[in-house]
Amino acid sequence: MNKIVSKENLSEKVVKFEIEAPLIAKSRRAGHFVIVRVGKKGERIPYTIASSNPEKGTITLVIQNVGKSSQKVCQLEVGDYVTDMVGPLGKATHIEKFGTVICAGGGVGVAPIFPIIEAMKKAGNRVISIIAARTKDLVILEDEIRKLSDEVIIMTDDGSYGKKGLITQGIEEVIQREKVDLCVTIGPAIMMKFVSELTKKYDVPTLASLNTIMVDGTGMCGACRVTVGGKTKFVCVDGPEFDAHQVDFDEMLMRLRAYS
Amino acid sequence: MPTQEYLKTERAQEWREALRKTMRNKERTDIPRVKMPEVDPEIRSHTYDEVNKGLSVEQALNESHRCLDCVDPTCITGCPVEINIPKFIKNIERSEFLEAAKALKETSALPAVCGRVCPQEKQCESQCFYTLKLNKPAVAIGHLERFAADFERESGNISIPDIAPANNIKIAVVGSGPAGLAFAGDAAKMGYDVTVFEALHDLGGVLRYGIPEFRLPNEIVDVEINGLKKMGVKFETNCIIGKTISQENLKADGFKGIFVGSGAGLPNFMNIPGENLIGVMSCNEYLTRVNLMQAADPDSDTPVHIGKKVAVIGGGNTAMDGVRTARRLGAEKAMIVYRRSEEEMPARIEEIKHAKEEGIEFLTLHNPLRYEGDEKGRVQRMLLQRMELGEPDASERRRPVAIEGDTVWVDVDEVIVSVGVSPNPLIPSSFSGLEVTKWGTIVVNQDTMQTADETIFAGGDIVRGGATVILAMGDGRKAAKAMDEYMRGQKSEGQ
Ligand SMILES: Cc1cc2nc3c(=O)[nH]c(=O)nc-3n(C[C@H](O)[C@H](O)[C@H](O)COP(=O)(O)OP(=O)(O)OC[C@H]3O[C@@H](n4cnc5c(N)ncnc54)[C@H](O)[C@@H]3O)c2cc1C
Ligand SMILES: Cc1cc2nc3c(=O)[nH]c(=O)nc-3n(C[C@H](O)[C@H](O)[C@H](O)COP(=O)(O)OP(=O)(O)OC[C@H]3O[C@@H](n4cnc5c(N)ncnc54)[C@H](O)[C@@H]3O)c2cc1C
Ligand code: SF4
Ligand code: SF4
Ligand code: FES
Repeated sequence: MNKIVSKENLSEKVVKFEIEAPLIAKSRRAGHFVIVRVGKKGERIPYTIASSNPEKGTITLVIQNVGKSSQKVCQLEVGDYVTDMVGPLGKATHIEKFGTVICAGGGVGVAPIFPIIEAMKKAGNRVISIIAARTKDLVILEDEIRKLSDEVIIMTDDGSYGKKGLITQGIEEVIQREKVDLCVTIGPAIMMKFVSELTKKYDVPTLASLNTIMVDGTGMCGACRVTVGGKTKFVCVDGPEFDAHQVDFDEMLMRLRAYS
Repeated sequence: MPTQEYLKTERAQEWREALRKTMRNKERTDIPRVKMPEVDPEIRSHTYDEVNKGLSVEQALNESHRCLDCVDPTCITGCPVEINIPKFIKNIERSEFLEAAKALKETSALPAVCGRVCPQEKQCESQCFYTLKLNKPAVAIGHLERFAADFERESGNISIPDIAPANNIKIAVVGSGPAGLAFAGDAAKMGYDVTVFEALHDLGGVLRYGIPEFRLPNEIVDVEINGLKKMGVKFETNCIIGKTISQENLKADGFKGIFVGSGAGLPNFMNIPGENLIGVMSCNEYLTRVNLMQAADPDSDTPVHIGKKVAVIGGGNTAMDGVRTARRLGAEKAMIVYRRSEEEMPARIEEIKHAKEEGIEFLTLHNPLRYEGDEKGRVQRMLLQRMELGEPDASERRRPVAIEGDTVWVDVDEVIVSVGVSPNPLIPSSFSGLEVTKWGTIVVNQDTMQTADETIFAGGDIVRGGATVILAMGDGRKAAKAMDEYMRGQKSEGQ
């Protein structure tokens, strides 16, 4: 059982948790995720490890309260226990010195992109972080990201903060301005689809971290399958990151609606 | 494994001699084979209760009289772990049911499980004297095995085996399926300090998330696991070896040996159009949702599609479990779609029989070509290719051949794909020092189950690709014995 040691509301609908998980804290790397279950009747739901503190034996999750299961997690308080937690799952992000890297996170995708920004910077890349949200109140982790990035561009749909517009506009501006070696994008599937279409036009290699429906997270059920380059891949073991230009986003969007 | 002498000595015991004389063989062979009492198909196709109710004491006694206590008990050669079959059956005949259970446990770690799920007709019962020589139905070895094991459990007198003094050697077991459980039990008996690591949040492997409760109630699995706990075996759930704890860290934590029983993983798909539509899923996903996550329970947060017209693709045990589960969840039409004929189906005969009684339709000699969905991407219908049987192939089964141009559309709202699984890649991809085949199975010495790394042993589906509960269990036991020999060797070398 994993105890919650701190809880902070980042915005009305987004909660940051620090949770005891010594083994996971020690072995996780950027890009990894965990599967969490709350209550004996709870379902298994994946969340990216936003950061970890191996000395303290804790990991940080940033969770957006969107539906039944995320709400169950968000209702937990300091001192409560998560019924089950397993990880680290998935393949770690491939980190090296690429040159200039755009990290484009939208909505709650900003949380999972945070460890990638950190690792990319550490590897010597010039990191341009583009974070997008519907409105000012939903912009999360801005200070943390500013500390690690060479440049930060904030986009809001309604223009209440940063620049008004979609994340793709922010990305296009940078690509037109300078040479970009890699783009990493995490966010709602529909956003990643548009980012991918944009960077394909400009021939910028792009990684997208896919957030499909999962059950076991260990490659046993196939619920998380997506089509990448015409082949079936399991996001939990082959991913979660894939070459965005090869991903069949339309199929993924359809499959995400399986239970809604 | 029993030697000829052991079998002879056992058979020569006075009580067995006497028992043989109580009845003439002719009288024994005239007794008709017992029929397993079953819940009525109409009722059971709506509940999750176990289908087979188990033999009554009277039925078990009666059936035990059929066994001839053969001089050459060929049945034993059909059992992968060579249970001393006449010994346990004759103990039933003399009403020593607990003794019968003990005899089972000499070689089998999970008799209550195997009595329920072994494909007996292909194993022990296929080699029974009745089958081989008399052309009569075999002694119901499986039913009797279940009877003895259940009797012991229900009596509350479960014998905890003698445990050798602790030797303080730490052993890690990867996976809590039948291979891992059997290994853990034997290693604990030999005095090892055993910890079983399980990736999922619950224990039992396929026994928990795969085989449904109407064939194998969870309670049976729990009892076996509790027995191991009493023997000092430790269990860690939510722990993936190779991810949560690396191979190096296991060593650093003082584990001197590792047994890998990580089973099968990755479900296969057919890679045909429409397979990723909503409502098309692997049998593993379907059964995991229903069995492990209890998705059919309205209080459970995990959802599952409730199909009205369900097709299950495949003809193995997994397919039968899938289709019978779909029926229980309310499918009006539940179909098996299998590309060969019923004769070639790998599923247990009992499962096929039960499925038919429950109103499952069998579309044999049919093979799916594509699926089509509605505007929301939900599967709506499937195109099937009709097949005929051609020449036997490498597996010696007659090869199915498409009948050119003969196809048919069938309406469906759920499709469960059950066309096999590949070995779990977690350990092969994260451990060093193992030799792995191109199919992803771990290479072992067949006699010892030892891998290329001498401190690592492996067994069950991760070695065999796909097997049975009893084979997995047998591997676990074999590995425990061999690892013990290896550890003793190391120790004496060290001195
Ligand atoms: C690798 C990965 C990393 C992720 N990281 C984060 C993160 O860091 N922060 C974050 O807020 N979200 C993350 N997500 C998304 C998150 O897992 C869920 O999609 C989200 O919490 C949905 O749960 P819900 O019941 O609250 O939402 P709803 O939208 O109400 O979902 C409805 C139902 O759909 C099913 N469902 C939807 N998504 C999933 C899923 N991913 N797995 C299983 N079933 C699902 C469930 O049955 C759920 O009850 C990640 C997803 C993946 C695959
Ligand atoms: C639906 C279904 C029905 C079946 N019916 C029958 C039947 O009637 N009769 C029969 O004899 N056989 C049947 N079988 C086959 C039989 O169940 C298997 O052959 C047997 O369970 C294999 O046992 P195992 O111990 O090798 O692996 P499994 O039972 O697969 O157990 C492996 C366990 O290891 C865990 N694991 C994997 N990797 C790791 C890791 N890295 N760290 C920690 N844990 C890990 C898994 O989560 C799993 O719990 C059936 C199989 C299925 C799927
Ligand atoms: S373990 Fe299986 S094969 Fe062996 S005797 Fe029992 S039912 Fe038969
Ligand atoms: S072969 Fe049949 S009759 Fe003979 S000992 Fe075995 S079970 Fe009994
Ligand atoms: S979540 Fe089950 S295979 Fe990926």
